[in-house]
Amino acid sequence: MGLAKRIIPCLDVDAGRVVKGVQFVDIRDAGNPVEIARRYDEQGADEITFLDITASSDQRDTMVHVVEQVAGEVFIPLTVGGGIREVANIRRMLNAGADKVGINTAAVNNPDFVREAAERFGSQCIVVSIDARQASTADAAPRWEIFTHGGRKPTGIDAVEWAQRMVEYGAGELLLTSMDRDGTRDGFDLALTSTISDAVDVPVIASGGVGTLDHLVDGVIEGRADAVLAASIFHFGEFTVGEAKQHMAAAGIEVRL
Amino acid sequence: MSSIAIIDYGMGNLHSIAKALEHVAGKDRVRVSSARETILAADRVVFPGVGAIRDCMSELQRTGLDQVVMEVARSKPLLGVCLGMQALLDSSAENEGTPCLGIIPGCVQHFKEGISQAGTAGRLKIPHMGWNQVQQQDKHPLWQDIPDGSRFYFVHSYYAAPAADTDVAATTPYGIEFTSVIAHDNVFAVQFHPEKSQHAGLGLLSNFVNWNGVS
Repeated sequence: MGLAKRIIPCLDVDAGRVVKGVQFVDIRDAGNPVEIARRYDEQGADEITFLDITASSDQRDTMVHVVEQVAGEVFIPLTVGGGIREVANIRRMLNAGADKVGINTAAVNNPDFVREAAERFGSQCIVVSIDARQASTADAAPRWEIFTHGGRKPTGIDAVEWAQRMVEYGAGELLLTSMDRDGTRDGFDLALTSTISDAVDVPVIASGGVGTLDHLVDGVIEGRADAVLAASIFHFGEFTVGEAKQHMAAAGIEVRL
Repeated sequence: MSSIAIIDYGMGNLHSIAKALEHVAGKDRVRVSSARETILAADRVVFPGVGAIRDCMSELQRTGLDQVVMEVARSKPLLGVCLGMQALLDSSAENEGTPCLGIIPGCVQHFKEGISQAGTAGRLKIPHMGWNQVQQQDKHPLWQDIPDGSRFYFVHSYYAAPAADTDVAATTPYGIEFTSVIAHDNVFAVQFHPEKSQHAGLGLLSNFVNWNGVS
């Protein structure tokens, strides 16, 4: 017995509404973020992650209000990613009630931002989000490259090297998304997940591709992830977080029930 | 109506702990303060903290709030949370060794050293992050209605190692069995974050706001 593997529902929020895209493009409306966060908390979510995908900066205030409302009634860790580019953005989200922030594009553009953020606020609240895509051919040793801008922009940076560098700079946790799998419902990229998880000391959250409850089990057992993140299987009522935990427990994984 | 002060000494975000205490005690009973008089006038005091111990200690000394914590520890119910727990011990191994408040005899160690000393097999991620079990060692008013073995939310790389076994109120397994809760007279200190530990955490905070400081 000991530390539980975490299940983290993820809410993609666009201008105050929860949406979920398939490979970041086709977007379906899934509802009010505050109501959904409350529901996941009641179902036993271990944390909740909000990803602000709002394109225009004038609507970013909406996310702050969402976090404030959720933090006033949901007492589990809350992470906010998307649009975190400077120290002021982090302070604003933490003051609104977020416990951690996810940094992605800004880390690639300026890796020292991660160092500065970790020194200022502590590594415990700095999650570096890594969007990776397989870059190797089928017969070569597997290799992944990181992408920014919601998976659209390649960087040429090797995912394993990047993960290790971000931990060295002070990331307290990595949120690893397979852009090849995101939205496909084919399951996590397990080779990517286990490779990154083995390469760093900090916890790794697996993300991208969950379509069944077995995928969550695979992410922990084969992917060696410390936490699993999923969106659409929960949003459209296919499974509750509680059902996901029961399924993981039945597979011998330690969870908080 | 009794009041609860949360000590604000510039270490981290006090929003969550304030919200959780307001949730269990009512909004008008909770004060987030860096003022000596306000803190000493409160009936109960919460000593939070996240970040590095050297910054924590230097901020406490710069603001004079170190003396306030010592005074509270002599006189009224005090709840230390996370770094606010670690700062109560004699010293911490963090930042090449940092003297702390010395309210609880003992030291603060890093998981890597603790686990290698214990010779525990297996690789563990550091920080210790997530929901882990808290095994109560003894009866205490703050455990009322909280089942033994309940999971609370942790995020830390260092842990308290009190010198006296009698100060250990709970332990948690992570490579070793470390002290996750200290109870010493009117002082109760937790390594986890009750404000982020859903029902179990709110239950503990509720017990604290009703505690008279007698164990």
